[in-house]
Amino acid sequence: MTAACYGVAAWLLLLGCLGIVRSRHLVHTVVCLSVAQSGTYVLLLAIGYQDKAGVPIVNAGGRTPVVDPTVQAMTLTDIVVSATITALLLALTVQISRRHGTVDPDELKALRG
Amino acid sequence: MRARDVIGLVGAAGVAALFAAAFTRMPAVGGTEHLYRDLVLPAALRATTPNLVSSVNFDLRAMDTLGEETIVAAAVVGVLALLQPPRREIPHPRGNVQPAVRFTGWLLLPVAALLGLDVILHGHLTPGGGFQGGVVLATGWHLLYLAGSYPALLKLRPLDTLEYAEAAATAAYVLVGLAGLLLAGSFLANVLPLGSFGSLLSAGTVPVLSVVVGVEVAAGVVVLLSRFLAHALGHADEESR
Repeated sequence: MTAACYGVAAWLLLLGCLGIVRSRHLVHTVVCLSVAQSGTYVLLLAIGYQDKAGVPIVNAGGRTPVVDPTVQAMTLTDIVVSATITALLLALTVQISRRHGTVDPDELKALRG
Repeated sequence: MRARDVIGLVGAAGVAALFAAAFTRMPAVGGTEHLYRDLVLPAALRATTPNLVSSVNFDLRAMDTLGEETIVAAAVVGVLALLQPPRREIPHPRGNVQPAVRFTGWLLLPVAALLGLDVILHGHLTPGGGFQGGVVLATGWHLLYLAGSYPALLKLRPLDTLEYAEAAATAAYVLVGLAGLLLAGSFLANVLPLGSFGSLLSAGTVPVLSVVVGVEVAAGVVVLLSRFLAHALGHADEESR
């Protein structure tokens, strides 16, 4: 269980990063970044998980054990940041495509104002 | 294999080794020791908020959510600045939409709208909150486009109002925080009656902030997608000519 959770988190992060390195299309690069970021979601949720504990929504007594809500809230922040970054990067990709006529990172050699 | 790939692989191997070293010293997944959970649970019960995640987002760490909300606003402003509106009038799309898709789109539109409102309004009681509900609302709105009716989307999407709504909601969040500063002595402190546990009007400022964030995210995402849609449709038209 432990190995699976941490392993998946590390695998997603590394896979996303390698995808960015090997990318030949800027939209692919943006999606790879999203994949890398999903590794952090898995890690956060794994840290907060507890065996046989319920969702962090409680009754008045609050007796039943629940998983850690703090990391879930951080995961939500993480997802929001990821979504906004994706939107901005895709907007940049559209602009690059219009100005340079290509979305292959290898063909973007020089800076142009 | 390019030099870049080799460097990337070497770096990834190094990071993987660091991960392996770090993860072997981390506590096992599924353990019972969660210090923050033990702090959040009594605090949320005192504030009569059943949804602990909302309690963290809109009460205990409401300051972080202000930053998070500002990130969304900044991203919308950034996209609007990066993608200037296309100069030409956007023609009506001539694409063909299957009747089944059109029917399902119209069928799901009210469902998505209701679900979005429900997720926002009950954010302090059931799973959900302003961010999630706002995204459901904004994407549900675009079922109008998926159902093949871009003119309908243009008509039922008051962009000017939505831009003002987004800014006003961001300001409203700060105003709720200032009310806490003036009335309760600290920024974003609760100033409303807590109500009875589990009722719609309870948990103090948590549902208020949730609704404010819901408005901000829904308006922001619609404005964001409007610019992308205008560009995509403008380009598609240019290429087909």
